[in-house]
Amino acid sequence: MTEDIASAPTEGVSSTENSSDELPEGFERQRMDVDIACVGFGPAMGGFLHTLSQGLTKEDGSPVAESKAMPGMPPQVICYERADDTGFGVSGVVTKARGVRASFPDLDLSQIPFATEVTHEEVLYLLDPIGASRRPFALRAGDKVLKSLGLAKEYAYKLPFIPEFLRKEPGVLLSMGQFTQWAAAQIMAQGQAQIWPGTPVAGPILDDKAVAGVRLQDQGVDKQGKPEAGFMPGMDIHAQLTVVGDGPVGAVGRKLDQTLGMPTGHHSREWAVGMKMVVDLPEGCALKEGTVLHTLGYPEPEIFGFLYVYPGNVASLGIFVPSWMDSPVRTAYRYLQHWMQHPTLWKHLKGGRMRSWGAKSLQESGRQGEPFLVGDGFARIGEGSGTTNVLTGAGFDEAWTSGALLGISVLELLREDKPFTRENLERTYVRRRRESWLEREAKIAGKSRDGFQMGVVQGLIGMALSGFTEGRLNAPGVSRKPHERIPSLEAYYAGRFTVGEIESIRRECTAKGLPLHDALMERVGWPKIEYDGQLLVSHQDALLMGGKVQAPAGYRDHVTFKSLATCESCEARVCIEACSGQAISANPEGGAPLFDREKCVHCGACIWNCSKPGPEGGESANVDFQAGAGGLHSAEN
Amino acid sequence: MNGLQIVVLGSIVPDPLQTLEPVAGPTGPALKNELMLPAVLDPWAACALFEAANLAKKVAGSKVWLVALGPKAKLQQVMMSVAQKAPFELVVLDGPAGGFTDAAETASVLAGAVGKIPGLDKGKLLLFGGWQSASRSTGAVLSMVGEKLGVTEQFQGVDEIDLAKDGGFTVLERIEGGCYQKSHCKGAPALLGWATGSLPEPPNNPQVGMQNMRFIMPALAKAQPAPLKGEGLKHLGVEVPSQRRETRIVKNASVDDIARELADWIRA
Repeated sequence: MTEDIASAPTEGVSSTENSSDELPEGFERQRMDVDIACVGFGPAMGGFLHTLSQGLTKEDGSPVAESKAMPGMPPQVICYERADDTGFGVSGVVTKARGVRASFPDLDLSQIPFATEVTHEEVLYLLDPIGASRRPFALRAGDKVLKSLGLAKEYAYKLPFIPEFLRKEPGVLLSMGQFTQWAAAQIMAQGQAQIWPGTPVAGPILDDKAVAGVRLQDQGVDKQGKPEAGFMPGMDIHAQLTVVGDGPVGAVGRKLDQTLGMPTGHHSREWAVGMKMVVDLPEGCALKEGTVLHTLGYPEPEIFGFLYVYPGNVASLGIFVPSWMDSPVRTAYRYLQHWMQHPTLWKHLKGGRMRSWGAKSLQESGRQGEPFLVGDGFARIGEGSGTTNVLTGAGFDEAWTSGALLGISVLELLREDKPFTRENLERTYVRRRRESWLEREAKIAGKSRDGFQMGVVQGLIGMALSGFTEGRLNAPGVSRKPHERIPSLEAYYAGRFTVGEIESIRRECTAKGLPLHDALMERVGWPKIEYDGQLLVSHQDALLMGGKVQAPAGYRDHVTFKSLATCESCEARVCIEACSGQAISANPEGGAPLFDREKCVHCGACIWNCSKPGPEGGESANVDFQAGAGGLHSAEN
Repeated sequence: MNGLQIVVLGSIVPDPLQTLEPVAGPTGPALKNELMLPAVLDPWAACALFEAANLAKKVAGSKVWLVALGPKAKLQQVMMSVAQKAPFELVVLDGPAGGFTDAAETASVLAGAVGKIPGLDKGKLLLFGGWQSASRSTGAVLSMVGEKLGVTEQFQGVDEIDLAKDGGFTVLERIEGGCYQKSHCKGAPALLGWATGSLPEPPNNPQVGMQNMRFIMPALAKAQPAPLKGEGLKHLGVEVPSQRRETRIVKNASVDDIARELADWIRA
């Protein structure tokens, strides 16, 4: 069973999160009561709502329980999703789909656009054809051996076999956006739950350590959150149970982590930004439908890549840039362009056309990042509840399964007419989760990535150790808070160029409002990107052509900087370098960076790409990230 | 019913900024991956719906219906966004919405659906819609529906309506030269093809959403099929407007320079 929340640290806990509820005269915060309020619609919530919907009605057509919020009615179940559509999630998915298939025994992949079976899988170690990659000695030596043995054709070495713990075949390829769109339609058609996109949730309604529901974001406010014409205070949605599935950067989940703390020994310090494109492959491309390529080693050794081939000569491809890469200029977009142009990939991609583009933060702490799964009035599911398996690199089906397990448990409690207390949720949901394959496999993966704290080679060895011994042996490594591990530019580039050169580049870029990464990367040998206008395009064109990013008016800026003095003194400004949409930029007049909501893709990378601690101390950094409306408007990612 | 009886005609179109590519389908032209593209309520029709809801709020006993012709699954998805914004009752016709249908056939189907709305007094009907559509922008369907229903008082490009106590109303219609034509109408039945109106998009109201959803899901379940066969319709050519993309970053450009460059670009 899980650790008791009662023993968790209570520093900073207020009796209610809504004590500072000052509204302009004449305005009143409205309240609505439902039975189950859900936050975030992704695969986990899909699993929950589908399972719940299927069991809410008895065979005779009557509901299994009566609504407490609206007596005489069936239980009222509402889900609020921040994005403007249920299909705007980001992830290419390759999965064994055990959980999804259990939920849909007659799953017909032809009903889900882009879905197909995995037919061929390869793992490629990519060598550096340019000579700009920061490769440790062991990798450089390995590269030489591969080349001298003639094993590195097109600067790539295909692993002779794929370890079982990494293999996804037999499995399914999916587009996250298309799958969640399809799943939402199935759920809505059952008529038991309502899913409302375009509705960001500001935070949980807390009563000490119990959750009484959620508060929606205010509407009709300016960028600073001040009421304007059409002001409508965010409604308070009170519920017997709040299901939190808003992902790793969701406002409700992170507020709970901050307020309740984490179980002893747990942390959510390991992250990655996943950036991807969906590409129309060129005519005559040799890649066949169902092909899965995993890559490692390039453009930097810490960056992993994927390429999945969907039906219709379309590919989903991208890279993961992890928090332990320890570079203050870890810009995913620039690296993605170099990765695509690696000879072994470019031969397939050259002449292709970008259909879609997007980015998201991935919580990479796995089971070590598991928060308190339940408490009085709430339950956590999905990635934000630590479901991602960091050894197998799988998170989609794990998230779905956690939701399905909660769905079964909630039905049990509804049938028994038991309240959603911590004890009851532990007895049902947490017990089921602990007894499931999800937990068994998460335990094996628990320490599999610790080695990356020491270096990329140690990390790879550690993963192999954990995988082959089923978690009995692991490489050691101690995690650090993200903001504590990012070195200064001067330290990172020591020996490559001088402090004076860095300062000169910084001055020049700041005056132009530009990030530093292009100038720095080109200075260390990365070639300029030659745009072709269809696959290799500027970052801003990727936002418009691929992401179709939009931001509705009437909401406050969801990215803010806690201490402006801290920003003023910060030279690294990793938030600018790592911003997936170039929404955070240098302020030519000095002070805190500027934030442009119309470019934000809500990936949340700024949360863990800040090198300064927040004024409140603890784990958090100086960037505040709330739930906001808008973002990507592509349903293909 | 003593209040207003407003029927809004509105369907779905691809979400703005989506990349549209016409392809030849088995039944004629279609948009590539149309069902994969995110969709929104046609922006012109959305303005009409918001104006209708605003009017209905002012006159007790009023009711708003939204009659939508489109693929049922997509309509369901779009309603999840629209239904929090304004109270209405949905009438669904399950058919194509890609903009490649025959306007007259579409109008017949829509007029038939309006005529069958239970309890609707056609003598009091205010028929609302967009004066154009973002899907193909012929702007013809709404007028034809009015004609088929015998609504002869028609106003197009409406930005404002002002109700009088005697049931009459004044409308402002857009006309050439950036001017408005002000007309007075003695009352319903009348047809108003809305331009952008004067209201901001309403905020999402969860209570409105819950109230609407009780009727939306049954309406979707009862959707009437409207296949729109397009018999006799011939498409000589289909193309999307050409686009040219050229990205530059220029700092400190004067307003005059920007205006000059835009004018040059348009002239070219």
